[in-house]
Amino acid sequence: MAIEVRIPTILRSYTGGAKVVEGSGDTLNDLLTDLDSRHAGLRGRLVTEAGALHRFVNVYVNDEDVRFLGALDAKLSDGDSVTILPAVAGGAFGFAAAAAIAQHNTAAGRRTPVTVG
Amino acid sequence: MLSIDRSIVDAIVAHARRDHPDEACGVVAGPVGSDQPTRHIPMDNAARSMTFYEFDSMEQLRVWREMDDRDEEPIVIYHSHTATEAYPSRTDVSFAGEPGAHYLLVSTREPDTEEIRSFRIVDGVVTEEPVRILDAGVDPHAVQSYMFGQSPATVDYECSGR
Repeated sequence: MAIEVRIPTILRSYTGGAKVVEGSGDTLNDLLTDLDSRHAGLRGRLVTEAGALHRFVNVYVNDEDVRFLGALDAKLSDGDSVTILPAVAGGAFGFAAAAAIAQHNTAAGRRTPVTVG
Repeated sequence: MLSIDRSIVDAIVAHARRDHPDEACGVVAGPVGSDQPTRHIPMDNAARSMTFYEFDSMEQLRVWREMDDRDEEPIVIYHSHTATEAYPSRTDVSFAGEPGAHYLLVSTREPDTEEIRSFRIVDGVVTEEPVRILDAGVDPHAVQSYMFGQSPATVDYECSGR
């Protein structure tokens, strides 16, 4: 058995157009290294030069966001399903400034309530 | 060019007005390869910010899987700018990860009119495209959610791109 990996449209140029590929590894980091040996360049689109998971992608193991599973250290088992999606984000303001404000708000424990209707 | 049904545009504008001054965001799905936006899916802005939007990663997984199951793809990805023009920011461009999608921006900075513009964003290059509003092109029952809110009295559809 292997680990099934779902590839988003924007990265299918690395997989010869394939939507689903297979790989193996004990952690997400190992899996991405294994995939890169057959799909050269794919890892570089997901992992920064500093060795962290890129801000522009979401990676899920089964139904969990890997950011809550240890990111690149997330443990994998045969039969797991990994899904890669482009993170959808943006906005009028520079990202660094927005992130700083978000962190500040979190630190202060402030949350804007959702208004319905 | 983006062709989109008026009822969907109205729903997007209502969503943007409702969430103002925070940025609103969402998707309009359609059959794979059709280039026809048919199913409006308003998303939570997980950032809940006036200057930044971000899909909740778990909601996104659910919605993207649902599209996959229905042989749909994101035809339109929209968000609002609430104090600036409807033009992609540098942040929008760096995040744009759906090369096949129309990136629709709505500006709600004016209280009475909305600026609605559409862009392709591929490999960091922004190309504006005209928006064609269809009055009866889509079965209204295909619209999954119709937001409550005012319809705009005047809508400024600026299509300067050629």
